[in-house]
Amino acid sequence: MTEKASMRRVIVVLLVAASLALGACAAKRPKPAPPAAPDANAGTQGSGANNTNAAGADEEGAGPQAGLLATRVVYFDFDSSEIKGTGTDVVAAHAKYLTAHSDTRVRLEGHTDERGSREYNIGLGERRAQSVRRALLLQGAADAQISTVSYGEERPAVPGHDEAAWAKNRRVEIVYLTQPLAPKQ
Amino acid sequence: MLGPRGIAGALALLVVALCAARSAQAALQIEITSGVRDPVPIAIVPFARAVPADGGLDVAEVVQHDLEGSGRFRALPREHMPATPTRAEEIAAALWKGAGSDYVVVGRVSAMESGQVAVDFDLVNSLTGARLATQRFAGAPGALRNAAHRVSDVIYQKILGVRGAFATRIAYVAVDGSPPAQRFQLIVADADGANQHLVLESRFPLMSPSWSPDGQWLAYVSFETKHSGVYVQLVRSGERRQVSARAGVNGAPEWSPDGRKLALTLGGSSGNPDIYILDLASQDLTRITDDPAIDTEPVWAPDGHSLYFTSDRAGSAQIYQIGAQPGARPKRITFGGSYNARPRVSPDGSQLAMVTLDNGAYRVAVQDLASGTVRVLSHGRLDESPSFAPNGATLIYSERDGDRGALATVSTDGLTGLRLKAPQGEVREPAWGPFNP
Repeated sequence: MTEKASMRRVIVVLLVAASLALGACAAKRPKPAPPAAPDANAGTQGSGANNTNAAGADEEGAGPQAGLLATRVVYFDFDSSEIKGTGTDVVAAHAKYLTAHSDTRVRLEGHTDERGSREYNIGLGERRAQSVRRALLLQGAADAQISTVSYGEERPAVPGHDEAAWAKNRRVEIVYLTQPLAPKQ
Repeated sequence: MLGPRGIAGALALLVVALCAARSAQAALQIEITSGVRDPVPIAIVPFARAVPADGGLDVAEVVQHDLEGSGRFRALPREHMPATPTRAEEIAAALWKGAGSDYVVVGRVSAMESGQVAVDFDLVNSLTGARLATQRFAGAPGALRNAAHRVSDVIYQKILGVRGAFATRIAYVAVDGSPPAQRFQLIVADADGANQHLVLESRFPLMSPSWSPDGQWLAYVSFETKHSGVYVQLVRSGERRQVSARAGVNGAPEWSPDGRKLALTLGGSSGNPDIYILDLASQDLTRITDDPAIDTEPVWAPDGHSLYFTSDRAGSAQIYQIGAQPGARPKRITFGGSYNARPRVSPDGSQLAMVTLDNGAYRVAVQDLASGTVRVLSHGRLDESPSFAPNGATLIYSERDGDRGALATVSTDGLTGLRLKAPQGEVREPAWGPFNP
């Protein structure tokens, strides 16, 4: 223990900023991320043929509001993607609505609490979104009506760092989109 | 686990206001949280100035801050200095020995005819009178601060025998506000937190910055399209391109040691994250893992032949190693505890840094890959994202400090540390860049 004693000294140093930046960092202008549009990366390469970002079509809408349909959030236990309790009823209500309105589209946004590593939590949020997706499909919704995204712990519903906050952040949000599904050929 | 718990914990010794924030958000503040018991006593005498070519920068002060911030040195206060030499031949060794300094650093800043600025310095052992280093760094006036860090690198190496990593950079993510009014910034700064440079700003999450081995590019994840995408961006010019925005998760990019490939996580439409390798020139994609578990957070072994990654295939998150070619079989690396994730490999390949669940808290730990010995190095409750300095001597990671996220460093022997705090909002996901050429 003794050899690990701390240096309990207050070191007061005032660093004077270099008035000029490193030569290697010449360009200092902030680069705002381009808006969410399919051609946002025009002029760049490598978007890839598999780019599925139909971002321009993903405007969020109000969606149905009757009864359980007004509830858009399904909650989960720690490190779990099992839908349980009232979440089962909420998912069933949305499945029924989607089945009856086959041109309606939803995006399932998976989230986690802040514990654990960030990219692992992206995986866990995706697993939760997929869990809701499978439940919707089993109850009659069509694959083309549903997209998923995981934000992991990056977009908490509530701030705070205790179990009460964590419980509210472990969730899947059901987001109704305005753009209807293109009719089947 | 054999954690060196001797680091004095919650010390609030705040202290340095770094004033170099230019385009980015407010500067980071540094506090030294722990240090070795017997730091090396050194005197860094104010350098002869070349006003105005030096832009007002006090080179000796930057060097002193670097060395003290490492926790390995104790600098003689200027008011206790017995003399103010600026050249080795002016140093009366006995005088400095008497003042308690084992080493003396003197130097000069001068304006050159070319318009460049030169920093000359000498490092003298005051016990023996021997001159240990005499060196010049010349560059554009704007690079003077970097030259000061290079002086620190040389002093650190001559006295401690390990190359210093002061003249390097870090990248990190700064976050302000709460959804939907969040603001994410990807920032590059000097390793001491100064000289901040805003690389990218977005209303949607930015994650997982990774440096290319030449220090020119960053790979990262952006949700700017309301869907995850992996991007690479030239730090100097801001030029960027999207390299993956496939269905499902696009995450955790890590540059290969040869700079030609990215290891990354792709979820596909089935939503099952696996590890892939993307060739940046050809855009060829090679699948490495194929398992119903969450496989993510790949990182390359320094030889480029294998990857370490996180997987919950055994029921909880653990770290595995797998050959960097199709069909390779993974081998489990971590066995202690119920949660080990987000591996990073030391530059010499001998140590694995990770996040481990330690008595209910998420902490940074290092596993010796030969012996399997694990040491917990941090003491917070939500510590994450460790990243090795290119000299392997220090890790930078993020911690939660009250309601704020701060960056912290700890030496890999667990003996010294410091914290870099943003005055508002949260800073996280630090990635330590490579040595500059």
